[in-house]
Amino acid sequence: MKRTVPLVLTFIIGMYPIFAFFVPHRIASDLNDRLDTWLIIVAAFALPLGAVNVFMINLSKISQRRKGWPYSIVILAGLVVMGSIGIAGAYRQDSIGQFQYLFQNIVSPLQSTMFSLLSFYVASAAYRAFRARNLDAGILLVSAIVVMMGRIPFGDMLSHGSMTPLSEWLMTIPNTAAQRGIIIGAALGAASMSIRIILGIERTYLGSGKD
Amino acid sequence: MRRVLIFIVSVALGALLSAPGRSQTLTDSPVQALRAHDTPSDAGRCITLTWTAAQVVPVSVLRATSPEGDFETIGEAVASDQTFADYRAEDKQAYYYKLGSTAGEVTVYSSTFGPVFSKSNWLHTGRINALVLTVLMFALIVVYINTAKKGKPLFIRRIAGLAAIDEAIGRATEMGKKMLYIPGIMSISDIQTIASLAILQHVAKQSAIYGTNLEVPNKDPLTFSAARETVKQAYLEAGKPDQYKEEMVTYLTYDQFAYAASVSGKMVREMPATNFLIGSFYAESLIFAETGQFTGALQIAGTADVPQLPFFVTTCDYTLMGEELFAASAYLSREPVLLGSIKAQDMTKAVIMVFVAAGIILLNVGFPILRNMLVAR
Repeated sequence: MKRTVPLVLTFIIGMYPIFAFFVPHRIASDLNDRLDTWLIIVAAFALPLGAVNVFMINLSKISQRRKGWPYSIVILAGLVVMGSIGIAGAYRQDSIGQFQYLFQNIVSPLQSTMFSLLSFYVASAAYRAFRARNLDAGILLVSAIVVMMGRIPFGDMLSHGSMTPLSEWLMTIPNTAAQRGIIIGAALGAASMSIRIILGIERTYLGSGKD
Repeated sequence: MRRVLIFIVSVALGALLSAPGRSQTLTDSPVQALRAHDTPSDAGRCITLTWTAAQVVPVSVLRATSPEGDFETIGEAVASDQTFADYRAEDKQAYYYKLGSTAGEVTVYSSTFGPVFSKSNWLHTGRINALVLTVLMFALIVVYINTAKKGKPLFIRRIAGLAAIDEAIGRATEMGKKMLYIPGIMSISDIQTIASLAILQHVAKQSAIYGTNLEVPNKDPLTFSAARETVKQAYLEAGKPDQYKEEMVTYLTYDQFAYAASVSGKMVREMPATNFLIGSFYAESLIFAETGQFTGALQIAGTADVPQLPFFVTTCDYTLMGEELFAASAYLSREPVLLGSIKAQDMTKAVIMVFVAAGIILLNVGFPILRNMLVAR
């Protein structure tokens, strides 16, 4: 019973969007839209579960003075301050401004900082990828040079305009072909996995692969 | 007689020269052959209008519920677009349409077309090809599962990334360090996350058997709940439920870059021996993978997000690309029923490859019929 009910629910809820994809009638599409709304509601219920976990784990870390416990104080302080001001803002319009102030002056710059780190990571990853250790890496290096030079005016100036068409050819023919191959394979894999889940063959998401 | 001739010629010239152009604007609508029909393959409440016109002039779309009724303007269009969709129609209500074109203070109208009714459709005719493929895939999966159940051995090629999972767990066990499992940043509704949980189950079971420390930080609350149940169940199945601790599966934050900062901080501070980056990733993929590379961890990544694959390939030791991620549960469990579905997936891919190759050949010899058949709307 513990397994049968989730499996039957999975079959019905899993089959319905497939049915609604091929049946555009309003009766079908309205229920499909309702299912999407239910997903958002279920996710909203799960969020407090996550917040409770953050509290429990970090309080335990602080009380036991485990390695890195000062970071837990920062996490809990952030959660309490942003959370209380945000919740208060839902009732009192005047604290919306305070939440916005904190978001724009603390959260947003921190997000931008993390995102901007990517440029350095791209440079170091590119350095590692483009070391010509074997034939494959050599081909990758040459292709990368052609594409990069084809995207800047300096490359065209050096090659008398031949880099741009070569770069475009690399991007639109071999690159697109490889990407489409991966996309078709991944889409079929996703479809196959979905069918396995709908039919109850794949059950790992229930916490176990077996009955 | 002469006076009569002069009078006729004068009247004719007068008629021709008095208002050239204006007469055309007044009497001729720029729109011809106005037609309207229910928009096919939709949920109803929509009527599509088509007409022929060469001029790039604005036209008003007018609608009434009877031919003699009051026509009201329901939208504007450009005549040369030759189409307009009325999304404010009520099903089963008769509508009459005409188009109006205004020049100065004078408006000319096209002929009226109607009655037209909108309705909800029961079959999306533009997706019949997708329906055929879906039925074919369902059928192949059932056939190959039955074949597998009969005991016929099914070959599945070696997938390096999956074969290396046990090696990665062994490395962490020998080094006495923890393993970090990142199940992506998307919710459980993403099929990649479910595929990731299947691999997590195997990793958790092995870590329970070998006593390796495992940590699963999460970004999505639903994924967090599912991951916690998966790990708990894996420890139970391994016969070590007492070794499971709540700190193994944690929730961090819903913010993408705060999550990235927290996970990379863990990597740098705690130096895990093995990092699993398996699931759906976006911009944070390179932050994780490059930080893990910097700390010297053995990294196994897996995703079907094509833009993130280059980052994982360059920074991780093993990468599960696209379909390999979805084959993981079958590959790791070796259950015949699951292997049967992988075989069916391969057969469907073979059918698609044949169709694509035939479509390319036919298109190049001037027959686009197969390409048109494969386009889903």
